[in-house]
Amino acid sequence: MRTYLAKRLLLIVPTLFGVAAVVFLIMRVIPGDVTLLILGGDQTGRIDPQQLAAMRHQLGLDQPLAVQFGTWLWGVLRLDFGTSLWTGQPVIDEVFIRLPLSLEVAILATIVSVLLAIPLGMIAAVRQDTWVDYLIRVVSIGGQAIPSFWVGILVILALVIYFGWGPPLEFTPPWVDPWANFQQLVWPVLTVGYRYAAVTTRMTRSTVLEVLREDYIRTAWAKGLRERVVVIRHALKNAMLPVITLVGTEFAFLIGGLVVTETVFTLNGVGRFVVDAVAHRDYPVVQALVFLIALCFVVVNLLIDLTYAWLDPRIRYH
Amino acid sequence: MSVDSSLVGAGATAPAARPVGWVDRAWAFARAKPLGAAGALIILAMLLVAALAQPLAPYDPYLPDYAAQFSRPSVDHWLGTDEFGRDVLSRIMYGARIALFVGFTASFAGCSIGGLLGVLSAYCGGTIDLLLERVMDVLLAFPQLILALAVASILGPAVPNVVIAVAIPIIPRAARVVRATALSVKENQYVEAAHGLGASHGAVIRRHLLPNVFAPYLIMLTAQLGTAILAEAALSYLGLGAAEPTPSWGLMLSGSAPAYAEKAPWIGLFPGIAISLAVFGFSLFGDSLRDALDPKLRGK
Repeated sequence: MRTYLAKRLLLIVPTLFGVAAVVFLIMRVIPGDVTLLILGGDQTGRIDPQQLAAMRHQLGLDQPLAVQFGTWLWGVLRLDFGTSLWTGQPVIDEVFIRLPLSLEVAILATIVSVLLAIPLGMIAAVRQDTWVDYLIRVVSIGGQAIPSFWVGILVILALVIYFGWGPPLEFTPPWVDPWANFQQLVWPVLTVGYRYAAVTTRMTRSTVLEVLREDYIRTAWAKGLRERVVVIRHALKNAMLPVITLVGTEFAFLIGGLVVTETVFTLNGVGRFVVDAVAHRDYPVVQALVFLIALCFVVVNLLIDLTYAWLDPRIRYH
Repeated sequence: MSVDSSLVGAGATAPAARPVGWVDRAWAFARAKPLGAAGALIILAMLLVAALAQPLAPYDPYLPDYAAQFSRPSVDHWLGTDEFGRDVLSRIMYGARIALFVGFTASFAGCSIGGLLGVLSAYCGGTIDLLLERVMDVLLAFPQLILALAVASILGPAVPNVVIAVAIPIIPRAARVVRATALSVKENQYVEAAHGLGASHGAVIRRHLLPNVFAPYLIMLTAQLGTAILAEAALSYLGLGAAEPTPSWGLMLSGSAPAYAEKAPWIGLFPGIAISLAVFGFSLFGDSLRDALDPKLRGK
């Protein structure tokens, strides 16, 4: 296990280096001058050249590309992502202000999705090709097909029309007022959770189906065990392994869901920060957030891999 | 054993005397995979609406009519009008063109580039494989929507840029799936035989590898179609896709729809149904196609 851990941790380094390089390349090498975009486009062609030079200098764009990359990488290592062009605050501080809200939504949505997905996926697999299976499949494929921002809009429509609800202006942390916090986050959490659950339900269904065809399941049936014992103790336990990995892999869905859902529900989290930064042409922030989200994704996948190896000894020895 | 794939099914159910035509195959597929057939019907309907948007649409999707602002759904305007008095039904019909255009071009470009890289990676092996694999790993570290968002933010809001932004995240996903199949195809004896007979690398790739990775390529393509349509809608919703007054479904939901929630809920209702139906159709069809083509899933 220790060798495996060391190997996986070492593999992370080139991946993160690559991630930093890709973020840098997207922002610098794609045609289009960032400074022109920030200063208001080139339609009129009348941009103060002095202002342009000053902005280039501020962003460090007057340096050679290699130096720029070095500076960016050195900044990343010290968690220094520069200052936001919009607020003038250090980017990392702005991120930390918004992080608790996004984390809370993410964790609650994951819990909701697992609680929904595992029983539903299991039932669909056990009752394969019956109306229950078809219903669960249609609902879960629907969850992936229905855009989460539209679900958000529908929820808001219903809340506004029937309850005269207005979006909250400020986020209340759970340790200040748990009830107010719950009221603010219950709809976004369910919206993101449904989509996430849809993906996981389908995966649970197919892994349980696969396990149900194993020899040891036939043996369990042959021993005359009851259905509940066969399904829960023998099938589900073995099917859970891949599902754990999938919950991690589908973490990407969660982040995508957060970006749009926070925008719909006007929640001031990290996801909406990305969208706002893009709208404000706040490139240091976009660059930092895209990198941090990818970092988060890599770390979650590492944790999932390690859990998997810990649970399944076969992996460690390969 | 029950009929479980279109190919097996067509052979098993068609009478021996009659040649197995595409109608029989389609019928066998529909019987074996009713959900897949439903998906195919939705896709077909959407293609028809997109192709015939001009004669079918009752109004000009771009033409504002301030006398008819916020009209409720009625005989004149089946799905109502928006804040400029534009007919929602006509805009949804024209929107099908954009959704399909972005969906098809982005997933075709992404899957083809990714698929070719995957085949090359598997065929060449060694350093090239290692390098390409690392690059794909890095690209996979970005959630699909975030990578698209970053690319779109630099390129600016326009339909062709959306295609690029949506296609790029598909590349590593397609490359990975196709590479895995190509690796096992490469080990077949007929590939060795082709080499022995003096076939060039290009010929081996063209004649033996590409046709054999076509099934996973096709599965990936249909699976990504729905995702691409959804990504286009999300980007347009966030203001990074098609720009006003283009009738893009995602764009129709942004801005005005939540703002007029109480006054005109239909503005926010119908484009969302269109997106969901389209993606739903592609997912149903893609799923069934995967079940039918993937030998590991046959009979499940």
